Amino acid sequence: MRVNFTVNGRPQEADDVWEGESLLYVLRERLGLPGSKNACEQGECGSCTVRLDGVPVCSCLVAAGQAEGREVVTVEGLADFAKQRAEHGGCATGACGTEGTSLQDARRWSARPQDSQTGEGGELAPVQQAFIDAGAVQCGFCTPGLLVAADEMLERNPSPTDADIREALSGNLCRCTGYEKILDAVRLAAARQAELAEGV
Amino acid sequence: MDFLRPASWEEALAAKAEHPTAVPIAGGTDVMVEINFDHRRPEYLLDLNRIGELSQWEVGEDTVRLGASVPYSQIMEHLRAELPGLALASHTVASPQIRNRGGVGGNLGTASPAGDAHPALLAAGAEVEAESVRGSRRIPIDDFYTGVKRNALAPDELIRAVHIKKADGPQQYSKVGTRNAMVIAVCAFGIALHPETRTVRTGIGSAAPTPIRATAAEEFLAAALDEGGFWDSRKIITPSVAKQFADLAAGAANPIDDVRGTASYRRHAVGIMARRTLGWTWESYRGAGRGTEGVA
Repeated sequence: MRVNFTVNGRPQEADDVWEGESLLYVLRERLGLPGSKNACEQGECGSCTVRLDGVPVCSCLVAAGQAEGREVVTVEGLADFAKQRAEHGGCATGACGTEGTSLQDARRWSARPQDSQTGEGGELAPVQQAFIDAGAVQCGFCTPGLLVAADEMLERNPSPTDADIREALSGNLCRCTGYEKILDAVRLAAARQAELAEGV
Repeated sequence: MDFLRPASWEEALAAKAEHPTAVPIAGGTDVMVEINFDHRRPEYLLDLNRIGELSQWEVGEDTVRLGASVPYSQIMEHLRAELPGLALASHTVASPQIRNRGGVGGNLGTASPAGDAHPALLAAGAEVEAESVRGSRRIPIDDFYTGVKRNALAPDELIRAVHIKKADGPQQYSKVGTRNAMVIAVCAFGIALHPETRTVRTGIGSAAPTPIRATAAEEFLAAALDEGGFWDSRKIITPSVAKQFADLAAGAANPIDDVRGTASYRRHAVGIMARRTLGWTWESYRGAGRGTEGVA
């Protein structure tokens, strides 16, 4: 079957989709977006977390056909999504980005942290930069899911307590067990977000 | 495999009548796991996501009509006052990602003895609104679970909503597992005080082939509270009464040994949870300290 849906602000079409296929499989294998990771395939690990109509879900548990006509944001589009959100105010629908990220750009996307000397790069969402700065990435496999989950929490709850962060990330497993640094990163992102808000 | 995508409830009923083996999928948190692991290859998947009414709820005078697909996260956020037991149970479901997709309809459809919602539904009192092209009926929750992962639905029926009695007194929910998130219950216990009828209802999860009520414990407690004038005096429940209630609750359990726990541990834990949740709800009824909200 064919599935039409919006990915990172751009309409996409996936063909020859098997009816029992997951949204995760369509993203990775049909659209060439391997940022969302495939690990447990049973909703335990959260490494496949994406936003579906703004809501964080395990894409391995969404049947591809259920995504028809809906908005998906993946980690590849997170930087642009965060940018649009910052420019246009709060947006939880995934539809606020008028430009979005093309499939080509999304496929090419790689984490290039902002160079503090030259100011180059910088195609990162604040939460991504915070993960790098706090050393919250070890093997990196769980990182995309954590980024999507953490970004959504910070959108909903700009000044989270430690309990809020733990709760929001309780569906994401890190087998390197680097949780302390991950918590640091989210606290850092929240603090920077608060500074920005005060500055405006 | 065929993917059926009805745009309305009527279309969904027609599709289910035409293909009774079709597997309904809403949040997908059970169904997709089985498909991903090749444990199940249904001929038809019946997607219910396009039927908006299934994700809505109505708060009536005595009951809440909860659409089958209302996600747990919405129950936690919006129905904490009306359905405190179910809201607490919802909070123990898996993770935020899963709670954003899964709902009570799926828990009932799967009818696993470990489903988190069941003890809360049994304790509150509920009816399952099932419908087919032949008509609609309300199945009392006490008659709904018929065996391990079996329920009272006919092959052509779909769950449209659950009618749950609004809390008329404190409710509590307790679940045993190895961590707070992503845990299938080793066992679980729900309790609801019903001061209007001067009754107490309970629900036990993961400690019998189906979710069950501890009816002997309920009857004993109702009689003891009545005889002792506790509902009016609101005095502290006599420890011997609480202990007897806990023993009877543990006695109602009919658990098995499995990877998550032994039968004797489960029976013991059910008794402990029964005593504790009775204590919490009764303190709340007495108006002292602990409220009915926010204790998972």
